[in-house]
Amino acid sequence: MKVSVHHLRVWGKPLIFLLSLVPALWLVYHWYLAYGGLPHDLGFNPNETSNRFTGDWAIRFLLLSLAVTPFATVLRSPKPLLFRRMLGLYALFYAGLHVLSYIWLDMAFDWPELWADVLKRTYITVGMLAILFLLPLGVTSTKGWIKRMGAKRWQKLHKLVYLIGLLACVHFIMMRKGFQVEPLIYAGIFAALMLARLRKRRGKVRA
Amino acid sequence: MWIKNRNGWNSPERDVTPESLFLNRRKFIAGAGAIAGAALVGGAFSPTEARTLKELGAKSSAFDPGEELTPYSAVTQYNNFYEFGTDKSDPYENAGSMQVDPWSVSVDGLVDRPGTYDLMDLIDFNALEERIYRLRCVEAWSMVIPWIGVPLSSVLNKIGVQSGAKYVRFETLNDRKQMPGVRWPVLDWPYVEGLRMDEAMNDLTLMAVGLYGKELPNQNGAPLRLVVPWKYGFKSIKSIVRISLTEKQPRTSWQKSAPQEYGFYSNVNPEVDHPRWSQARERRIGEFSRRKTLMFNGYGEWVADLYAGMDLAKYY
Repeated sequence: MKVSVHHLRVWGKPLIFLLSLVPALWLVYHWYLAYGGLPHDLGFNPNETSNRFTGDWAIRFLLLSLAVTPFATVLRSPKPLLFRRMLGLYALFYAGLHVLSYIWLDMAFDWPELWADVLKRTYITVGMLAILFLLPLGVTSTKGWIKRMGAKRWQKLHKLVYLIGLLACVHFIMMRKGFQVEPLIYAGIFAALMLARLRKRRGKVRA
Repeated sequence: MWIKNRNGWNSPERDVTPESLFLNRRKFIAGAGAIAGAALVGGAFSPTEARTLKELGAKSSAFDPGEELTPYSAVTQYNNFYEFGTDKSDPYENAGSMQVDPWSVSVDGLVDRPGTYDLMDLIDFNALEERIYRLRCVEAWSMVIPWIGVPLSSVLNKIGVQSGAKYVRFETLNDRKQMPGVRWPVLDWPYVEGLRMDEAMNDLTLMAVGLYGKELPNQNGAPLRLVVPWKYGFKSIKSIVRISLTEKQPRTSWQKSAPQEYGFYSNVNPEVDHPRWSQARERRIGEFSRRKTLMFNGYGEWVADLYAGMDLAKYY
């Protein structure tokens, strides 16, 4: 496999960027159709579809960004790390759309009701906490911020992503009725990615 | 260093748009077309309906809230019927495999005439009436549906209620071969629901065999289901194979699954929230903004006295 860092920068990054944007474009396009009274694919409850769709993609990108480092370890190449920030920012982007969907479509910007809901519903509290923690990671994702903070402090802050992953999985499990498999699959992937890190650390200690 | 990256961005879009993205676009345009097609053909088209739904003659509705009916396509393609999968579209896609003819219902417990009844012997198809009811799901969405059926009381009178019977217990078909969803332990199968005897005998409580002038589609609980319009939708159990009259309150599937969330009564009540979400408002399918949920789903006139003196926050 001969893919140079240069190629990944010039072609790989724009490609991943555009691919990652497809779900959001799909959603916007179908809302545009729905709004115009045209046939669309948002189903009979577009608001519910939007909530679930944006939530699904937020957690997918979060897990993808968490998968980058173990993937690089397996490949014994730092090249996948080129994409980590972008995937993390897409997690924030879809999480933002998820919150927007909830605040706009469910709560209709009724702030007092929203605040009551966030406090009263544990799964919403958990979800909101995850987003709240994700925000500073997005803000400090630039090279400038790494310099300003110093690599060590920056890395420490960005360890928050493990807690965010946990909160996101709990949020997903809690919002389903009955015993459902889908959120558990995501939680399983998250657990596997965390275990991969643990194994690597243990290996280091032994060496 | 970063300036170099601009070269990539400056390339024409066709160079950086992967084929899969083009294909994806085509796919969802085609998908939208398919939905449009389905909407045009309406109820006559369904991928899984192996059988043609017979028209049912029925007396016109004595119960009509005068609200706009939820379109047939939404009523039959947006369903919770976990035996066929947990997605709203799963029942429509998977329920076609269920054999509903012939259909028998076993009747046991504190009844005068226990036994196995053919559907035709249990329901008087000459006495069908249409009832237009609001349906309020515990997930805070709602519909308005023209059901066809007979009062449950007429069925109970047919099987003969013994004096010790205080509750009615219902069971849904539980067949792995026909229902892909029961392979997953989403709930403790078979699905069980129940009513107190006075609730069961109430005039509103309907044993439905049809909707929109025809037999029930499989995904809506063919061939026989309960409709209890003042309770959350999950009380209206589908595809019933067993009716038992009991002295003790039956434990329902949802009670077993999460007793703090789903009580035996589960009356629609905007003031008693589900622990995880508010029940004050609902989204009527087809409407953009939410409307206020009515006490007993607007049926208080007929049922409020059933619960006189009861603390409805305790008996949720």
